[in-house]
Amino acid sequence: MTTVTKPERRSWLRDHSELGICALLVVLGVLVLTDALRIPTDFAQRGPVGPKAVPILVGSLLLLVAALLARDVLRGGRGEAEAGEDVDLSAPADWRTVLLLCGAFLANAVLIGVVGFPISGAILFWGAAYALGSRNPVRDPLLAAGLSIFTFVVFNNLLGVPLPGGPLMEVF
Amino acid sequence: MEQLLDGFATALTPTHLLLAAIGVLLGTAIGVLPGIGPAMAVALLLPVTYGMEPTGAFIMFAGIYYGGMFGGSTTSILLNTPGESAAVVAAFEGNPMARKGRGAQALAAAAIGHFTGGIIGTILIVLLAPFVAKHAVDIGAPDLFAVMVLAFIAVTSVLGASRIRGFASLLIGLTIGLVGLDEMTGQQRLTFGSLHLADGIDIVVVAVALFAVGEALWVAAHLRRKPFEPIPVGRPWLSRADLKRTWKPWLRGPVIGFPFGAIPAGGAEIPTFLSYVTEKRLSKHKDEFGKGAIEGVAGPESTASASAAGTLVTMLTLGLPTTAVAAVMLAAFQQYGIQPGPLLFQRESGLVWALIASLFIGLTLLLVLNLPLAPLWAKLLRIPRPYLYAGILFFASVGAYAVNADIFDLLLMFVIGLLGFGMRRYGLPVLPAIIGVILGPAAEQQMRRSLQLSDGSLTGLVNSPMAIIVYVVIVLILFFPLIKRFLPKPPAAAEPEREKVDA
Repeated sequence: MTTVTKPERRSWLRDHSELGICALLVVLGVLVLTDALRIPTDFAQRGPVGPKAVPILVGSLLLLVAALLARDVLRGGRGEAEAGEDVDLSAPADWRTVLLLCGAFLANAVLIGVVGFPISGAILFWGAAYALGSRNPVRDPLLAAGLSIFTFVVFNNLLGVPLPGGPLMEVF
Repeated sequence: MEQLLDGFATALTPTHLLLAAIGVLLGTAIGVLPGIGPAMAVALLLPVTYGMEPTGAFIMFAGIYYGGMFGGSTTSILLNTPGESAAVVAAFEGNPMARKGRGAQALAAAAIGHFTGGIIGTILIVLLAPFVAKHAVDIGAPDLFAVMVLAFIAVTSVLGASRIRGFASLLIGLTIGLVGLDEMTGQQRLTFGSLHLADGIDIVVVAVALFAVGEALWVAAHLRRKPFEPIPVGRPWLSRADLKRTWKPWLRGPVIGFPFGAIPAGGAEIPTFLSYVTEKRLSKHKDEFGKGAIEGVAGPESTASASAAGTLVTMLTLGLPTTAVAAVMLAAFQQYGIQPGPLLFQRESGLVWALIASLFIGLTLLLVLNLPLAPLWAKLLRIPRPYLYAGILFFASVGAYAVNADIFDLLLMFVIGLLGFGMRRYGLPVLPAIIGVILGPAAEQQMRRSLQLSDGSLTGLVNSPMAIIVYVVIVLILFFPLIKRFLPKPPAAAEPEREKVDA
């Protein structure tokens, strides 16, 4: 029997990182159950089954499935990561790209109300393209601005789906 | 029949014809783009129709649907990397054909297969849907609840490698569906006092987040730095010898595809595979299979298209989505306050028949436009990947924001997108989650209504023959792995190929 050293423990965790999904299911289950239990049922209830029943069922099943999934993972079961046209599963996950992409996405959410869609959308597109490895200093921003303004005009003016124009569009 | 003609009259107005053509072109273009399947195509294009009246919007959707499916098989044939499950089989023979320089013939066999399968499937819709709808009106709450439970069990058990992961995904979907006010009592559930959440989570936000944002993040983590080189093609055409080999597979496809599309068994994955096996068995050129047999493209493609039509029957008459695309289409109906189901044919008969007529028109446009445009579509496969996925995120944001003009939806989409990323990483299928979000609240309503009628007695759920039959089917599906042990082993011939599909 070998003593468990630190790197070994780390690799055990990496091999069983799917337990994180179990944890997520447990958290969801507890959340659904506690929320269901605080629903007052003494009034407004029609019929024998109130608003509590289904959440309690779903919450319990979440806990059950979390336990079953944990058993499966500990016995060596692995969820198969999804393959795809542009997915190369042989390389390790590239977290820097993912974080940059998240940043670009959230920047749009924060900025859309302040500077309007034409600008925030362009930032989103440029930022995402940069995160994914595009580094053309002329084509990238031009494409981003063009796409963003084009989309704004098509949606806002042609399709009748309002998007916030922001200060840029007030000039016109 | 008269209603169908009225439908054609509606669908053939210049505006609607233009919308159908735009739908077919947009659907194909987006479906051809690598990484985007028909479900994501429909979800991303939803906001385009927000400002339209429902009839025009659904005519456009019909085009997007069939266009997206055809686009998916183009990617399969020219890149050997199917973007979605229905197009997996098309790569088996289509890609070897393309590598042998017969890509044009493979695309033509696929396009005409889609046309034939779609037309036959749509004729079956015309014949069957009113009949089903008429009888479905008598279906009571217990029956509907049973059928919805069947849909839940079927999508989690039939598809994917791991049932437990399917159920995990379904439960995540059901949880998201719980958020908001309880429809019967108005009680807040899982809203945490937030006004934004009291209205529930918009299904469009969930669909776009799981399909588009989750996919973009997942691809970003594992981006293939050197994308596949697509095989260039010329204009598709078929020689007389090819036609002789393909016409029977085209006609056989719908026989397999349509019924499978109509039942909740996950859409086109199983029937296209069955069609492939059938064509291989019946072909006079068995030795060519695996090296580019044209029958192996023609049959499955016709099957896929017909199964899409079968899906529509169930979706329109019972309000039951059996595939991811149907789920998103159902969400689109709900956006307009229209509830597909038995009453749809009475209440919205004009809309439904215009939609069905536009399926015929869309399929014809698909054939007429896509055969000559194939070389152009092939060029789309070369789009730089950073622009492609940046564009997906861009349009996902437009879509989520446009639903309510609310920044909160963007943040919600981000969180659910991260969830979609995690699901892809650990092999949780996305479809059960979507079905859970859409059908969960409806199933709860039906269950509570049934129990109300029976005064709380659980027998109220099984008081009709139909409900009992459906529950028996559910039990059979659930215990199939146990039952299989006692059955004689299936012939070994089909086994190795099956594994290839699952991989």
